[in-house]
Amino acid sequence: MSIELKDVHKAFGEKRVLRGFTLSVERGETVSVIGGSGQGKSTLLKHVNGLLKPDAGEVWVDGQRIDQLEGEPLYETRRKVGYVFQFAALFDSMTIAENVAMGLRRIPGLSEADIADRVRTALARVDLEGVDEQYPSELSGGMRKRAGLARAIALEPAYLLYDEPTTGLDPVTLSMVDELILRMSDRLGVTSVVITHDMESAYRISDRIVMLHEGRARVAGTPDEIRDSADPVVRAFVEGRADLLEEAS
Amino acid sequence: MNLILAPVRGLGRATLAVVSAVGRGAMLSVDAGRSLRRVDQWGPHLVPQMISIGVASIPLALFIAAFTGIVLAIQASYTFVGTVPLYFVGALVGKTMILELGPALTGLALSGRVGASNASEIATMRVTEQIDALESLAYDPIAYLVVPRVIAGTLMFPVVIALAIAMGIVAGWLTSIALLDLATPQFVRGLRLFFDTYDVQFAMFKSATFGTTVTSVGAFFGYTCTGGARGVGRATTRTVVVSSMIILVLDAFWAATLL
Ligand SMILES: Nc1ncnc2c1ncn2[C@@H]1O[C@H](COP(=O)(O)OP(=O)(O)OP(=O)(O)O)[C@@H](O)[C@H]1O
Ligand SMILES: [Mg+2]
Repeated sequence: MSIELKDVHKAFGEKRVLRGFTLSVERGETVSVIGGSGQGKSTLLKHVNGLLKPDAGEVWVDGQRIDQLEGEPLYETRRKVGYVFQFAALFDSMTIAENVAMGLRRIPGLSEADIADRVRTALARVDLEGVDEQYPSELSGGMRKRAGLARAIALEPAYLLYDEPTTGLDPVTLSMVDELILRMSDRLGVTSVVITHDMESAYRISDRIVMLHEGRARVAGTPDEIRDSADPVVRAFVEGRADLLEEAS
Repeated sequence: MNLILAPVRGLGRATLAVVSAVGRGAMLSVDAGRSLRRVDQWGPHLVPQMISIGVASIPLALFIAAFTGIVLAIQASYTFVGTVPLYFVGALVGKTMILELGPALTGLALSGRVGASNASEIATMRVTEQIDALESLAYDPIAYLVVPRVIAGTLMFPVVIALAIAMGIVAGWLTSIALLDLATPQFVRGLRLFFDTYDVQFAMFKSATFGTTVTSVGAFFGYTCTGGARGVGRATTRTVVVSSMIILVLDAFWAATLL
């Protein structure tokens, strides 16, 4: 078992976002998390690399309880986890190449040449060539998104957490990013959690799909099981039909 | 009833806010102490920060000090004429620049220039998740962002303020010989009359504490910022207000305890 959330609770003030969320992701598996806007998907993902600490419950990553790690052991575990931020979160005072190199500088024993090499490879993988020396503010939203993706995959981590990696991309780039996620998992055996709103891409890339609803995992299953689900909440989301949601409540 | 309770409630809420800010500030200081060990993360940023906090502040500091020196000389001669020997102008300019106006005025001006820019930069990084991104890439954001700024401020404020003091004295001297009935030997005589090297040590120590204050208050409000562009604005304003207040309180405190 490589990523496991057990009965995770998290509230921001009065607002209870996660209310007993449980999920386990096997080694090498790709699990997509779907759910409405504001349901707490990003909050959930931030627990996996310890950016947020749960109010109650356990978060296991790579055999460690990351919610209890501090200092060096926490950084040690984070080096194995790449995180793609929903809004890219690029360092705006650095060029794209420097952004992608940032994580690599924290890996002991990498020479400058190795780093430059891996930066180039990562940018090529997301189809972003020739922007090395540009600053994030000079790129389009979709390009920034891919630069954020490149920054995470450049680490060649064992785990990748993607927060809506395809939102706002054109259809061609979108399928390229899907391919990339598939390739990371097939070739490098990466264990991934992908947050997405796009059902087509969820079906394509996932081994399993989980729906986050009202702070819990509403259903979990293979793409086929989700497609055939009778649960009105799932069908409302999958088919984009608000009327079903009203019936359910 | 409400007329009586409302202010009480407001006071209570304000007190709670201050207590919680002090608590979080203390926690951040403990973290910063721990992050001091990670020299590999803050070391490379120390010199660039010393330049942007210190060297880049020199023009503003010199500008303020020059005019302060001019005004001090003119006002001293205006006050002394006919009662106190005029060479005391040199004494007054030197003593006040070193003891008070050099450190305090420069400190206040830099709480605007340095404090505000630190706070808004760190706050922007907070609300755009760049601090989360640093953490996700296995950086210690406090070592990366806060520690180099606080060290740079502590080291560079004394340098900037020393230059400001020198500038103020030179401006006072030039004013004396150009506009007042005073020659260089008289000005220098007055300057040396009450000069004490302890004053300089006192001023440099005080300046270092102002540097620590401005940079750590800015880092605190930036680091704990929430709520988008408004949050960034609030963090910046609070930094300037709070660090100016702390500078004035510290100024009085050091005067009371060290002089
Ligand atoms: N730092 C925070 N402080 C206060 N509230 C927060 C914070 N982070 C998230 N929230 C709240 O938690 C809820 C879930 O937010 P989250 O960003 O996890 O949603 P999401 O499922 O990722 O939504 P989206 O699909 O729009 O990205 C929201 O109501 C949000 O207002
Ligand atoms: Mg989100």
